Parts: sequence; structure tokens; C-alpha cells
Amino acid sequence: MALKKAILVLEGGGFFIGQSIGYEGEAEGEIVFNTSMTGYQEILTDPSYKGQIVTMTYPLIGNYGCNFEDVESGRPWVEGFIVKELASYPSNWRSEGDLSEYLKRHKIVAIQSIDTRKVTKMIRTGGAQRALISTENENINALLKKVKKIPSIVGLDLVKEVTSSKAYKWNEGIYSWPKGYLPKKRFKYFVVAYDFGIKRNILRSLVSNSIGVQVVPARTPWKEVLNMKPDGVLLSNGPGDPAPLTYAINNIKNLIGKIPVFGICLGHQLSALALGAKTFKLKFGHRGANHPVKNLETGAIEITSQNHGFAVDIDSLKGLAELTHLNLNDMTVEGFSLRKKFLFSVQYHPESSPGPRDSTYLFRDFIQMMRDFKGK
Amino acid sequence: MPRREDVKSILIIGSGPIIIGQASEFDYSGTQALKALKEENYKVILVNSNPATIMTDPEFADRTYLEPLTVEYLEKIIEKEKPDALLATLGGQKALNLSLELDERGVLRKNRIHLIGVSADSIRKAEDRMLFRQSMERIGLEVPESGYVSTLKEAVDIVKKIKFPVVIRPSFTLGGTGGNIIENWDDFYKFVPLGLAISPISKILIEKSIIGWKEFELEVMRDKKDNVVIVCTIENIDPMGVHTGDSITVAPAQTLTDKEYQRLRDASIAIMREIGVETGGSNIQFAINPTDGQVMVIEMNPRVSRSSALASKATGFPIAKMAAKLAVGYTLDEILNDITKKTPACFEPAIDYVVVKLPRFAFEKFPEEESSLTVQMKSVGETMAIGRTFKEALQKAIRSLEIDRWGFEEKYNNRNKKKLKENLAQPNAERLWFIAEAFREGISVDEISKLTRIDPFFLWNIREIVDFEENLKSLGKDSLGHTILRRAKELGISDKRIGKLLNLSEDSVREMRKKAKVLPVWKVVDTCAGEFESETPYFYSTYEEENEALPIPEKKVIILGSGPNRIGQGIEFDYCCVHGVLALRDLGYKAIMINSNPETVSTDYDISDRLYFDPVTLEDVLSIYNNEKPEGIIAQFGGQTPLKISRGLWKNKARILGTSFGAIDETEDREKFDNFLTRINSRRPRNGMARNFRQALKVAENIGYPVLVRPSYVLGGRAMKVIHGAEELEKYVKSIKEYCSEHPILIDEFIDNAVELDVDLLCDGQDVFIGGVLEHIQEAGIHSGDATMVTPPFFVADRVIEEVKRQVTIMAKELQILGLMNVQVAVKGTKIYILEVNPRASRTVPFLSKATGVPLAKIATRLIMGEKLKEMNISQPPSSLYAVKEAVFSFDKFMEVDPILGPEMRSTGESIGIDRHFPLAFLKAEEGAGFHLPQGGSVFVSVPDEDKPKIVPIVEKLERLGFELVATEGTTQYLRRHGFHVHTIGKISKEKRNILEAIKEGKIGMIFNTPSGTHERSDAGMIRRVAFSYRIPCYTTIPSASATVKAIEMRRTTSPSLICLQDIHSGL
Repeated sequence: MALKKAILVLEGGGFFIGQSIGYEGEAEGEIVFNTSMTGYQEILTDPSYKGQIVTMTYPLIGNYGCNFEDVESGRPWVEGFIVKELASYPSNWRSEGDLSEYLKRHKIVAIQSIDTRKVTKMIRTGGAQRALISTENENINALLKKVKKIPSIVGLDLVKEVTSSKAYKWNEGIYSWPKGYLPKKRFKYFVVAYDFGIKRNILRSLVSNSIGVQVVPARTPWKEVLNMKPDGVLLSNGPGDPAPLTYAINNIKNLIGKIPVFGICLGHQLSALALGAKTFKLKFGHRGANHPVKNLETGAIEITSQNHGFAVDIDSLKGLAELTHLNLNDMTVEGFSLRKKFLFSVQYHPESSPGPRDSTYLFRDFIQMMRDFKGK
Repeated sequence: MPRREDVKSILIIGSGPIIIGQASEFDYSGTQALKALKEENYKVILVNSNPATIMTDPEFADRTYLEPLTVEYLEKIIEKEKPDALLATLGGQKALNLSLELDERGVLRKNRIHLIGVSADSIRKAEDRMLFRQSMERIGLEVPESGYVSTLKEAVDIVKKIKFPVVIRPSFTLGGTGGNIIENWDDFYKFVPLGLAISPISKILIEKSIIGWKEFELEVMRDKKDNVVIVCTIENIDPMGVHTGDSITVAPAQTLTDKEYQRLRDASIAIMREIGVETGGSNIQFAINPTDGQVMVIEMNPRVSRSSALASKATGFPIAKMAAKLAVGYTLDEILNDITKKTPACFEPAIDYVVVKLPRFAFEKFPEEESSLTVQMKSVGETMAIGRTFKEALQKAIRSLEIDRWGFEEKYNNRNKKKLKENLAQPNAERLWFIAEAFREGISVDEISKLTRIDPFFLWNIREIVDFEENLKSLGKDSLGHTILRRAKELGISDKRIGKLLNLSEDSVREMRKKAKVLPVWKVVDTCAGEFESETPYFYSTYEEENEALPIPEKKVIILGSGPNRIGQGIEFDYCCVHGVLALRDLGYKAIMINSNPETVSTDYDISDRLYFDPVTLEDVLSIYNNEKPEGIIAQFGGQTPLKISRGLWKNKARILGTSFGAIDETEDREKFDNFLTRINSRRPRNGMARNFRQALKVAENIGYPVLVRPSYVLGGRAMKVIHGAEELEKYVKSIKEYCSEHPILIDEFIDNAVELDVDLLCDGQDVFIGGVLEHIQEAGIHSGDATMVTPPFFVADRVIEEVKRQVTIMAKELQILGLMNVQVAVKGTKIYILEVNPRASRTVPFLSKATGVPLAKIATRLIMGEKLKEMNISQPPSSLYAVKEAVFSFDKFMEVDPILGPEMRSTGESIGIDRHFPLAFLKAEEGAGFHLPQGGSVFVSVPDEDKPKIVPIVEKLERLGFELVATEGTTQYLRRHGFHVHTIGKISKEKRNILEAIKEGKIGMIFNTPSGTHERSDAGMIRRVAFSYRIPCYTTIPSASATVKAIEMRRTTSPSLICLQDIHSGL
């Protein structure tokens, strides 16, 4: 069975001819790479990838198929997907179907059989850039022209594309063998989680720590949140540039000091902006499951799951908050806190999924902060 | 946390001679660690009785002892050198066990030595199954139901409780020695007593079998501050039930979802903490039930291992080097990633390729042994391949094995399906080809998976290859355009295999491929999947767009490695390759290494200027040659592997440096070789060549029996045999028919009762330097790789040695040797017969280099690159020391094999003994090989009639030394006639109270038992087998028995001296 031709074109001029393994059509976005060797399904369904075409650096993807449970949201969000070789016949005891079918069903354009290491190196040297996958047009020049017209991700509000339209409660816990993702009924704490594109494993991690969660849309006013009388507020991850999200920044400004706040990823960047610090775009971001982060309070190293294209400017944070976590690869900010105002946040993903679970202690720290706040 | 200042000197124990389960990976790890500790200015004291290792070269440690690895010697060395610390985790199970023993006997406490890396308690917790089990339960992890037993009765009780099938694992043995899967009471009574016997503490674990579950390994590192990282995950394609050393393995794990992988990761970290591995690397094995994901912990090794070596090569994360640094106090964030040199070592490698490891077996050497695979390791080596897909890596690994397989050959055509299915159901060395055959027979993936318990993911991948091949066959030659060729190469199919499928030669496929511009590129192994820039010179070939291996601009030379370890071609050749690389770098050349063996120093990316981790086959080497366009290729260090492809290289105009291809051909081609010897007036045994039985018979009768027969172009005496008559000859020719389709059989006159000598020499085309002469202690007929040897010669007259030297000098000059040459000669009286000439480095080069202090392979490299011996002024000071080389065997892994010596090489390793006196050097070599020569007690003697007169003086000495003599009926009568006091003991077949019982009860301290003629399945064979598994010294030739008695006698009056290599010579 001959697969349909697919072409990947990069803004920098690079192009690759491969085979279509997903939906037939055209996909455009910012091209990035992820170095995780497991967890493609979690990556596909992470709303933070809205607006992006993801290249998996690990060459064999789809080996263990797809299931309906290891997902981070209701659907895949990546704009396009790039792999070296998609497994034709997956195998795993929980597999409920193969990845190609899954991509087609969710209308994700995807390409295989190209030199993904070359793609990765182009992104590394040329930076994350606009790119396009097409299964329809074979004219490279025409595609190149088209790529240049794709809007830049900088300054774009992508959160509005992914946030839930209404509030909802969450009660499913994290995966455990053999029972899987079990719902929980009784909680000791109650937290409101801002959905900027929230990953389910953040919610599951809260639930498994006996925290009941109310998820609210990204634009929910701060007063409305306080009126729910939560013990704390969680600021979720999400896609793209934090700077244009002035509504969120404003809400956070008003919440800080009034209630314990825990920010993750985009939530972390928004907290920094709310404090008056700055964010900037990294050349090609951090996406993977092997980034070493040093906890400056304990000196311990955590291997972390990461997915972000923007970061908090370390100098701009001085005097505003205490730096708590540092990325050992490039010495960028991975976490800060403002203890007296009951705020802390991390750039990486303590909920993992995919990735190491070295940092789950942060959810317990959140509980401790809520307790301290109550006792105050 | 900076380095420890309270420790100034560190003792490291090596793993000793190579045996199955403990091979050259510990030289790789040890060498790395030694370099790391030296960098930190620690004084390092090393003890290892394996002379063929790079780590024992004098420049790697400050004080190097090639002494036997026993507590007695170690204690003496400790008292002499007074180290502050002992790093126990680098020398495999051997070093771990010895360290524990030193601790238990109070030697460490008495000498105030810190055990660093891992504490004695942690070792016990990891090694003792019950303690391990309790630890696992404490942290909520499951282990298979099991129990420890010390008696047969206890064993019966446990089995009744947990029911068959069960696995038995003797405690404190390595490579799973004595381990077995037991499904019924017959097997139970066969293997349980044996297991109890071979465990050093007489304990075995009986464990519920989880055969068929999926098996995973995680390589974990921990530092003093409790930072833990997973370096690599490895998935075993073979299910539980096949020892991981024998399993086909893949890195990283392929079939785990992130949720499942994180479970294993969390468990590994918890295990590291619970066992309490303070610093360093560990290997943790898990089993997963493929139907519901249940996880069980199988075992953990709190030390570097075969898997950690593989993981290091697979990821570029040098585990042993890091372990050494962590052991002296550094933390992971204080060390830089070796590859990027920019990011810290505290991270988990992300890889963007697939690694496949295949085991290399040697069942052809042990025809008595079934080639089935069990929980006891049987492979003698391994090969690793890297590709961008599993399919590519698997096929590269297949052709790296050097077993004349170039892909999924139709090896078992015409077998019936029933037989095929049986072969699928019982794991065996040929399983890959049975699977391919099953696909061609139309058997489904599901059914094959059910039979083999191999995950369908891998089977589907194999099927895609087989389907493509079948398709290619039907498309025919004309289809070989860019698209098809490119697809074939992406699937990893070799040119030779494409040729076989389409009736084309490898050369013509290569030409078509070049024309179609289907050429490989090379990618970097960089630990980070391209995320960061890296300077690593570590490459693998693949068929992709971008070539990252831009040719080195400076003057450069390629050295070809020796491929997977096998019997006959082991670590010795890797040693020579590494020396070649080091010498080239000294000379200002960039050294490029090509090799496919993950267990070696040569494939440490830190050794050469550039490493191509690729198969050492014509196709792959030519591609690299054309990419780099070097000054030339050095083909004389990697044993037979590079030699085999030298004709092809020469034909394709690749420049071979050193001895010319013509000279190689002259020595390998029997006819040319005979003419050559006649020309220079050297004698060789009468000989002939045959291509079938009729011809063979004629040649043999012309020469007269006994004759020595073998196929041409082999190493390690593969299928070499002494034949006494026509009937035996016919059987032999039949048995090697398949093997010798391409090459004729060589038939030589067998020189009876001769002494053999090995000579290694250097030649620059004009002058010759004799590197050393080794005298075999056993009479001719024992393969030189298995013979005990001594240098300088002890028995043969100087006059004869001088004549040998004269002849080999002429030979080297005539052949215009550039570099190394090895000659084997037989001496009978004053007659000298030339048996074999090898225009390359030989197995004895590292041993001789250690014994004499002259770095032969390094000098050879200088000669190859154009320097002259005259300019070098090599001095070989007359030595007052004798060095004995003893062969070391792994017979305990092959329960059906008779451990006698013969013309076919079967040893896996070697030990060295150096002393001022020959008998004591011999004693040390024996102890180094793991045999303790008794100072009293009983000696069992049994020899055939022809040896009886020769045993008399030996027995006389034994009696004088106070030994009791025990013999079988025939030998007793003979000895009594000669006035000896002898106890008779019954034959196994006849009496219940027999010699086997006596051995098992520990009543026999030593055995002299020479084989009689041709009986293959005799009592004697059984005695030797049992003796071997009980580690009782058993000598099967008169000369070795004689040397043994001399050694025991001398030991009474003289203590062996401790000899430090740096004191006797430096600068190897």
C-alpha cells in the first residue's frame, strides 16, 4: 500500500518529502521538536501545542498504539505531527487502535520517512519557525511562499482557542496499576484551576492529593474565583506567548496575596508578568522529559518534563520574587516564589505525563502553602 | 560536593580472565574508571590476573598487580600498598564477591579501608535473594514467589508450595551459572543438587517461573546527594526465561507507554534508595506481564555490568567513568556531560536512533550442547548496531555477528511446519531465522508471538523485512532503481543479501547503488537527540539525508576492529587495536576506529579521534573509507575479521597499510605457502587439500595417520581435529560440509609428541625484532589458544630456539612483513616444523607485551606508518622472570561438554602468572585461572595405558609430598606394581560408591586424568565435568600434571613474590 506523498516546508527554506500518515490536507504552525522517547499520545493531546507542528526526535512512534485514557485533554491539539517511522502494527496490552487511525480521525496532518534529525537541527540552529505540511500541493516554491504568510506565534492569544467555555468539576485521579485512572469522592482541600489549556494530569495530580478541583475558563474574573471560596488557585499551562494575555495577568495580579497561588508553565510566566517581571521567547524552547532542574532550596536535582517556548527573564525577576528552580542546561528560570504573598510557580511540569515524576512534591508543597495560609 | 580528601589511594579489583558472563566489558569500564581517577590525582592500585586487558597496561594505574584474584593475594597486596579505599563495583561479580569476602574476614577493617561506591550491606541486600525480597516488599514492589534452600529436602518442600514451573538460581554465581528452568521432578533431581553444589555458599533460590513475560532493564545512577537518573532503558526481545546476556535486546524500550515506563522509573529510584547504593550505577531488571501489565522486580546489580557497558555505548553516557567520579564524592551536577561538554551529567540521555544487541554464540565449538537458550547464559560475545529504525539496526547487527549471515537467509527451507513450530517454541540461537522462515511459510504474527512469546511489535518489524525481500525477488533485478534500493537500504538490507535475493554479486549491487546515488550517511550519537551541539566523534551509518560525519581534514588512518568476542578471537585483538589507535595519535595521525563490539575499550568514543560504530564488513568499511579517504587502513590488529575482508578492500582499491595483501594471501593460501616455505628451506608437516571425502582419504593415506584436519580461513581451530582413521575422517567431512562450502579442507601430518612454540615478531621489511617465544607446556595437538605457555621457554634447548628465531626472521623478511607476524612451530628433537604463519597481531601479543614490557602493537603501528626498527632502539632487558599464560574455560555453562584439551580452541579467556621461578609462575597462572592447587589431601589419578609409564615420576613426587593417591582399578594395579600405596575407587558405571561421590563430598583435591583415544562419552568425561563444576583442578595432559606437582613442591619452600608491573617495566 503506497502512502500518499507529504511535504514539509520550513520558513528557513528547508523542505522534506515524505509520506502522509495522518489526515490529508495542509497544516501550518510553528515547528518545534520534542525529545521524549515515550508519551506521544500525551504530547498530541497537550493543549500547549496549539499552533505548533511537533517533530518527535525519537524515530519510532506509535509502537504501543493509542488508548482512550492516556490523554491530556479531549482531543489532540498539535497542528501537525512529524515522525521518522510510524509503527504499522502497534502492540501493548492497553492499546485500542493505531496512531495513524487516531491522527486521521482527529484530522491531524502528519508526515513520516523524513530525516527528522536534520529537521531538529534546523530548528536548533534556525530557531522554532513557521512551517507547513501539505499532502495536497507538491510545488515547493508555492509552499515556501505560503509559509511566509503564516502569522507569528508571538503576540498571539492562543489560550482562547483551547480554554474551556464553561466551568466544570474534576474528580479523576492519576494513573495507578491495575485500576487505572480512578475517580475520587472525598477531598480535604478545594482549588480553582484556571484553564489556559490545562493538562488533565495537573487535575489528576490535585485530585490524588485530596484536592477537589473546579476548573474555570481563562477569562473568569478574579472576584468570581474568590467567591467560590477555594483554598488555593492553580494557574495552568497553556499555549503560546503569555504577554498578550492581559486579562489573565490582571486577574492574577489581584489574586496574589489574597489566596495561595500555584503556577505551572504558562501559569508561571503569567505570574511573573503579574509581578512585573518580563518574559521572552526562547530560540527553540524546551520540550522533552530529561531537563535537569536544580531546586535551589534543597540543592537536589529533578529530571523534569518540559514544554515551553517562552521563559521568564531572570534579571527582571530580581527583587520581585525569590528564584527557586534553575534549568541546568541553559540556566533559565524554572521556578520562583513569593512566600509572604503565598505564591510559587514552576516553568516545568510537575504533573509529568509524559515524563519523570521527580517533582510531584510540588503538589504537596501547594497543600502546605494552603495550610499555612489558613493558619495565618 | 567536591572530591573526597580523606582518601588518597584507591584499590580496584578487576574481573579476571574472560568467562561467559564476565567478559571484556569490565576492561572497558575499568579502563574508563582508572582514567577518571587518575584525572583526579588519586593513587590507584589495580589487581587483575587478566593480561589481555588495557586496564592492566602500566600507564593506567599507579601500581598494577597481575596477581591471582584471591583473598590471600589481595590481603598481601593491601598490606603492601595500604590503600585508603576499595572501589568494588568495577570488576563485575568477581570483584563484588571478593570485596564482600575481604569485608567479612575483617581485612578491610584491620587495614582501615573504606569500601566506596557501595557498602557491604548494600551488596548483601542486592545479592542475597531473601534480603532483596524483603527490601522489595518494604517498598511495595512485587517479586516472584520464592524461597531459599540449602538442602534437597527444603527444596522439595518449597516446590510443593509454589508449584512447577520454577527457576533455580544458585547464590553468588555469575552469568546465571547453574540456573535452570525446572518443569518436573526429573529435572528437579537433575539440577537442584548441582545448583547447591556450585553455589559458593551452598544455597539456591527456588523461584516461581514467570517465563514468557516481557523483560526490561533500567540503567540507573545515583550520587551522594541522592540525585538519581535513568541512563537507559533496555527491552529484551526474548521473553523471561532467556538470560539477558543471551537475549536480543533493544534500547530504548519500545513497547511501553509513558505511564508504564514511569512506573519502572519510579520503582528503580525507590530500589536504589532502599538497597542503599550510595553512589554509582546499577542495573535493575523487571518483568512485565504482557496481558495485564503486572510488574515484578527480577534482580538488581549494584555495580557496572554488561548492560551498563551496552547502555554507555548506546547512549554516549559513560557510566563507569561517572561511577568513579561519584564514588570519590562528586555529584552529578558537578560533572559535565562528556559528549556535549556544555550541559551537566545530571540528565537522562534522549536518543534519536535504535540500538540492537545480538548475542554471539559458540555452539559450533560445543556440539554436545543443545543450542537452546535458558536462564543460564551461554553466549560468548555480543555485537551492537545502531540504526534510525529497529529494522535497520537489527539487520546491521546480524551482519556484524560474522556468522556468514547477511540478513534473513532461507536457512531452514524444506522443514515441515510442525518442526518449525517446535523450533519457535523453544528459544534457541537460530530463532531470528526460524521466525523469518515462519513468515515465509505463511504463519501469522499472532501465532509466532504465541509460540515464541516475543512481542508482536518486533515480529511485525521482521515481517516487513521478509515481505520486502519476497517482493524484491518477484520484482527482479530490473527493479533496482533508486526507489527500491533506497527502501532496501532503509530496511537495513545488506548489499550481499540483495545480491543473494537477485542472483547478483555484492560488487554489482554496490555499483548499482552508487550509480543510483543510494549512499549511507553517518549520524552522531550525542546523548541529546540533537537538542544541543556536541563535539562527539561518535558515529553510526544510516540511510538519511544529512551526513554529519564530514571527513576529518587532517592526516588520518582507519583501524579495523575485531567484531564480537568469540572463542578464538577475543579481547586480545581489541587490545592490539587500542594500542594501534594510541600509537597513531602519538604519531600525529587522527585515528579512526571501526568496530561493532559494545564490550570493548576500542569502541569507547574517548579512545580514538573518531569512532564509527558499524559492522566490520566489506560494505560498511568501504563506505566509511570512501567518506573519509584516509591514508589507509590498518587491518592486522583485529584478528581474522579484517583479514577476511582484505581481499575485497584490496580489489576495491582501498589502501591497506602494513603487510601487503599479497603477503597475507601467500600465508593464507596453502599452496602458495608451501611453495614459499620450500623456497626458504623451512620444513612443514606434509599436507594436502581436499574438497570432498574421496580426495581427503587419498591425501590422508598419503600422509599417514594421525592427521590434523580443518577448514581453511578459520581462527581458533574451528572444526580442527586429529583424525586417526578413515572412518573418523568420513564422519568429519560430513560434519563440516555445510561450513566448508566455499573453502577446502586442509589435511596436515600430525606431529606426535612434539613441543609447540609460538613466536611473535615485528618486521619493518628489513629488520626483525623477536617480541618473544612462548613454549607450550602441553604437547603438540592442543590448540595454541588453549595451551598453557611459558615465556621465556623453559624446556626447549636454547640452540633450537635460536634456530627457530633464525627461520622466522628469514620468513618475515621474505614476506616483507610490515608490522606484526605470528608463527607457530612444532619442535620434535631438533627438527623444526612450521605449522602456521599469521601476518597479523596474534592472541599472544598482549600477554607478551605484559611479560616483556615491549609494547608490540604500538611499535608495529610505527613500523606500519614507515618508521624503522633501527631508528627505534628497542631494548628488551634480559628478564629474570617467567611468565605463564593459562587458558581459562567456561565449561560450567555447558553441562554436556567434556572439558578436555584438543586441537579445537574452547577457552574464553586467559590468566597470567609472573614469578622468578617457573613453577611458581605456573602456580599463579593456575590460581589466576581460578584453581587452587592443594598442599595435601587426595589426588585422583586415572590414565590410559600409553600414559602409565609417564605418570610414575609424577606420582612418586606426589607421594613424597604426602598426598594420598586414589585411582581406578587399572591405574591402581599399575601403580601398586611400581610400589605406590594407592586407594582404589569404583567406576561410575559399576559402583555406587564411586569417584563422583568422592568429588562431591570434597574428598578429592586434585585430578590427573588424561583422555584415552576416541571414547567421547566415557566415565572420564563425566569425572572431568563434575570436577570442573566443583572447581577442582583437573589436569588432562602429562606435562601439565608434571608442572603442577613441581609447583606444589616449590610452594612448600618458597613463597610466590608479589610483582608490581611498574617495578618490572614501564611504558607499554
